[in-house]
Amino acid sequence: MKAPAFSYLRPESVSQAIDFIEFYGDDARLLAGGQSLLAALNMRLAAPSVLIDLNGLPELGGISVQGDKLVIGALTRHAEIECSPLVAQHAPLLSLAMPHVAHAAIRNRGTIGGSIAFADPAAELPACCVALDAVFVVAGRGGERRVRARDFFLGLYDTALQTGEMLLAAEFSGVRTSERVAFRELARRHGDYAIAGLAARATVNGNALRDVDFAFFAVDTKPVLATHAVAILEQGTVTPERVQLAQQALAQDLAPQDDVHYSSAMRMQLARVLLARAVGDLLQPAGVQVSQ
Amino acid sequence: MPQESRGAAVSAADRRDGNTIGASLPRTNALRLLAGRGQYVDDINPPRCLHAVVLRSPYAHARITRLDVAAAAAAPGVVRVLTGREVVALCDPYVGVLQHVPGMQSAPQWPLAVERACWQGEPVALVAAATRAEAEDALALIEIEWDELPAVTDAESALDPATPVIHLELGSNLCFERVVEAGDVAAAFAQAAHVVEAEFVTGRHTAVTLEPRSLLADFNAADGQLTVWHSTQVPYMMQWIIARHFRLPETQVRVIAPDIGGGFGMKIHIYGDEMAAVAASLVLGRPVKFVADRLESFVGDFHARGHRVRARMALSKDGEILGVEADDLYGIGAYSGYPRGSANEGLQVSNLVCAAYRRGAYRAVTRAVFQNKAMYGQYRAVGHPVACLVSEGLMDLAAAKLDVDPAEFRRRNYISPESYPLKLAGGPVLEKLSQHEALEQLLQMMDYRGLRAEQLPLRKQGIHRGIGLASFVENSNPSAATYGQGGVSIASQDSCTLKLTATGGIVAASSITECGQGGYAVIQQVVAAVCGVPFAQIKVVLGDTETTPVGGGVWGSRGTGICGEAALQAGKALKANILAFVARLKESEASLYDIRDGHVIDASTAALVMSLEDVARTAYFRTDQVPKDFQPELTVTRSYAQKTWNGAYTNGIQASYVEIDIDTGFVKLLGHWVVDDCGTIINPLLVDEQIRGACVQGMGAALFEQCLYSDEGQLLNGSLMDYLVPMAGEMPDIAVGHTCTPTATSELGAKGAGEAGTAGASAAVLNAVNDALRPLGASVAEIPATPERILRALGRID
Amino acid sequence: MSSPQPVTEADIALAVNGENVARRVPVRQNLADFLRDTLGLTGTHVGCEHGVCGACTVRCNGAIVRACLMLAVQADGAEIVTIEGAAVEGDNADVMADLQREFHQRNALQCGFCTPAMLLTAAELITVRPQASRDEIRTHLSGNYCRCTGYQSIVDAVEAVCRKRAGAQP
Repeated sequence: MKAPAFSYLRPESVSQAIDFIEFYGDDARLLAGGQSLLAALNMRLAAPSVLIDLNGLPELGGISVQGDKLVIGALTRHAEIECSPLVAQHAPLLSLAMPHVAHAAIRNRGTIGGSIAFADPAAELPACCVALDAVFVVAGRGGERRVRARDFFLGLYDTALQTGEMLLAAEFSGVRTSERVAFRELARRHGDYAIAGLAARATVNGNALRDVDFAFFAVDTKPVLATHAVAILEQGTVTPERVQLAQQALAQDLAPQDDVHYSSAMRMQLARVLLARAVGDLLQPAGVQVSQ
Repeated sequence: MPQESRGAAVSAADRRDGNTIGASLPRTNALRLLAGRGQYVDDINPPRCLHAVVLRSPYAHARITRLDVAAAAAAPGVVRVLTGREVVALCDPYVGVLQHVPGMQSAPQWPLAVERACWQGEPVALVAAATRAEAEDALALIEIEWDELPAVTDAESALDPATPVIHLELGSNLCFERVVEAGDVAAAFAQAAHVVEAEFVTGRHTAVTLEPRSLLADFNAADGQLTVWHSTQVPYMMQWIIARHFRLPETQVRVIAPDIGGGFGMKIHIYGDEMAAVAASLVLGRPVKFVADRLESFVGDFHARGHRVRARMALSKDGEILGVEADDLYGIGAYSGYPRGSANEGLQVSNLVCAAYRRGAYRAVTRAVFQNKAMYGQYRAVGHPVACLVSEGLMDLAAAKLDVDPAEFRRRNYISPESYPLKLAGGPVLEKLSQHEALEQLLQMMDYRGLRAEQLPLRKQGIHRGIGLASFVENSNPSAATYGQGGVSIASQDSCTLKLTATGGIVAASSITECGQGGYAVIQQVVAAVCGVPFAQIKVVLGDTETTPVGGGVWGSRGTGICGEAALQAGKALKANILAFVARLKESEASLYDIRDGHVIDASTAALVMSLEDVARTAYFRTDQVPKDFQPELTVTRSYAQKTWNGAYTNGIQASYVEIDIDTGFVKLLGHWVVDDCGTIINPLLVDEQIRGACVQGMGAALFEQCLYSDEGQLLNGSLMDYLVPMAGEMPDIAVGHTCTPTATSELGAKGAGEAGTAGASAAVLNAVNDALRPLGASVAEIPATPERILRALGRID
Repeated sequence: MSSPQPVTEADIALAVNGENVARRVPVRQNLADFLRDTLGLTGTHVGCEHGVCGACTVRCNGAIVRACLMLAVQADGAEIVTIEGAAVEGDNADVMADLQREFHQRNALQCGFCTPAMLLTAAELITVRPQASRDEIRTHLSGNYCRCTGYQSIVDAVEAVCRKRAGAQP
């Protein structure tokens, strides 16, 4: 289909963008990579009266290290993150996840800010941000504020962004000593939305996992930290029995719904499998050994 | 590799440039596609062209209680809005019934719904505007109110007394029922030592051509000429139907199939939105273009498959098949498709269960029932994939029960070679097959023994692999038995007109259509071989009813076998006329001459006699040099129809090798092998690539594709995110080999190959899945064999 | 206050296949429709308009993108390369010519509708990773739908060009 009629604005600065966002409110949508928004417009699933194009805003680009943080501007393209040595060094979970995000042509346009703000439950990057306890920098009329990723994703396409606000950047604290990361998703075809996925990090010493963060995605309306399962994995050392207990504990962490494609039982089964396999990755780095 | 040694029926004396029949030549008509210079319907933009969009019913079954298009008609850019009532006045209704299928019934249908819509997506009104975007904006302004009616969406209960009848005048939701019987099936099962049975279910599929359906109609009121550019496989059929239903003289209607972005059988049907676009052009006297977008393609294209088959096989204690019984039920749309009907899937299924084998007594019943779902019709391999899934599933169940290797069990039960030609109950005649040879070749190609040997050791390591075989017979080169005898206006004959050009080239105008499968190359290569003209000097004209002879287009694996033969005969006739002319000029005998490389030569010495350019120049410009009593005829037409059997049946066998992750239910396709017998092969490269593409469609059916409907008749997964077509990452490499049994029904000896891959691939994959699951006590008889279905079969989830 | 007003049309100036182009476009027109309908470059095909089939793939500032998921107005100032220009001149024209030749030899196209996009997508892989394995080729092409070929001949063609470019034996 062809997109419905809308008018178009290209702000020249973030502060001008914020003025527009506040003025037009819910009548406006922000255009970043456009890989989700334009598809929705092409299917007439959305009909905003105004599109505010953020592309080209200099304040929103770039990957840099500031102090002990890796800072990624909201309009950074997935492809740039995928090839970035800084990201590989400071947030390798993102590097691991990127090849799973759609396809190359989508990654050349799609942005991290767009992915975070859209908050698709099956998306990879929100889950990585939750696993890494990233912090999002949000700007609005009242200035800047920071929101933890773990507090940001509220539900289906629903985030902590208020009317009149926009994302500026995502901040990641660096890798910890002996930290490893793992990323797995199950999809019918490469590049599809995941049926179930897991973004994981942990401190690994021999067979012991500590400070474990397992963020499941595609099994709920938002990324979910599997705190009960993880609590079991963090005790003692990892054994097949412990992994099994952790798998069972997932029932306390996750409550997927039946939908037209998959039953909740299916998603739970896949989540259990992903947990076991991610543990295996962490213990023998099929994931990434990131520190000394 | 050239096929000369393979028993091709074209004699050596007729094939001069011998290497073009059997030569893997790259296609000359592919070069412009590689450069982005193809011309598909949507690339054609005549002046003042309007763009049409269609309002579609959001309900599976609903009465239209109010329809007001005034606001839409006044919207910016809109030139006209057409409603069902207006189209009724312009267009005679159509009924998709085959007269030779007893009892087949369907209700009359118009391009746009008039009083009620009978499927979600049925076209209701058409808006023609300056741009597609404006037309879509105007759609939203159409005021329409609906009275929802109960929807029939379950084929199993469609005939129950409590289920509403969609078309009251038909008395029931039964489109047709057919029984095929031979021998005493009851006795066979009564005396059987073993019986295996299963209920097989196949998902409903849609073709998903990458180029959506597209039609551009341009009615010139000044001279009454209607020109239609149509992404269709069958321009002559379209010409006849448009003329007939819009009450136009046929000679005033021209249909042109330009480049076509995939057909697969979906583009041989009549669609209401396309006919409404023709109506709009007739009304407005301006070009009107309709291009279905992807979302409307899902609800608008004809669907296929969607069968439930209860089948069983009776076996003696020695493993001889005593009898086969099958009960097939499939739900079509609310109308049988026009003009070919929605019966052929069922007809093929009821003919072909275990047709590759000595099957003993036989009874097959097929029923097609109306539903309030998308229209339904032919899609690549029509019914064969379902028949093969059932047949080969039963064969594996039987082999397992008897503890015989599945390949060996098939070998023992194939039709004996001395039985040919073998007439099957229901009409098919198997002229001659090469099943034993194909099986041996396949087993060797895939190292069957090696794969079997490693299966158990791998399973002990937790790696679950399965090998699946699927033998199949596949119809091709159909006679009038398929459609003509049923009253359908589609040709079973094809023609080829060759003209010698003024500089000694050849233009071949022919009645098949190029959809990418290689129709152009087949004509070109046959003519080059027979006439002795270099391949590059032959141009082929296809797809235009004004510039080609009448014929049937492409469907049913008929292009090469039928039109190739017409081209062969035309080539022979042109060559004979050229040599007769030269002989007359030289006052000699035609038998002393031959044509090679575009030159007439002395047949014994190969000395040059005359170039074809000189032949043409003399015949056309220097008639003063031609003897007064002689008129050279350097344009010839020959036609051919296959009239010996209902179809020239081919055979083949496929194997699939899979690995199942028993924790997730995911299936990895590790390898796939095919041995196919399509008789004489004109271009092995094109045939093998057709087979590969067709196999992948079958793999999509086996693992990925299904149209999911709600109980209310809403298509739930009608987008490319949700309907899963095979992509490169999940597909295996496919090895292709051939046996060769030319058909005796033509001199060329070619049978069809375009559908063979799809006929057998899903059966091979499902059998491989079940081979991997069998040691775990699980099985799946429904495709797509999704991870969830596999996990349920394994008991890993409830 | 001189705050810009939202517009429904915009003037754009860009390079398409090396040629400078200036047009006024409706802001809602996507890049694929601009190329096809406004510029008459019909080699870029539309197969879904939801970014999934890949048939509309073009090169924008050196990187492949879905033309159906970009607005024409966003291409202001950009360098666009479509199939019509990809083998003629500019970066990697010789890669494209090699690919077209291998596709032709192997019949890695049938109906041709996916082909322009498939070529542009493959060309990007070859230029950044000429040592790609068959599996990597399949993964990279996973965003381009083909219904006709079953993909194997396409993978063969891309692999052949990769080998030639990498200069090494398989």
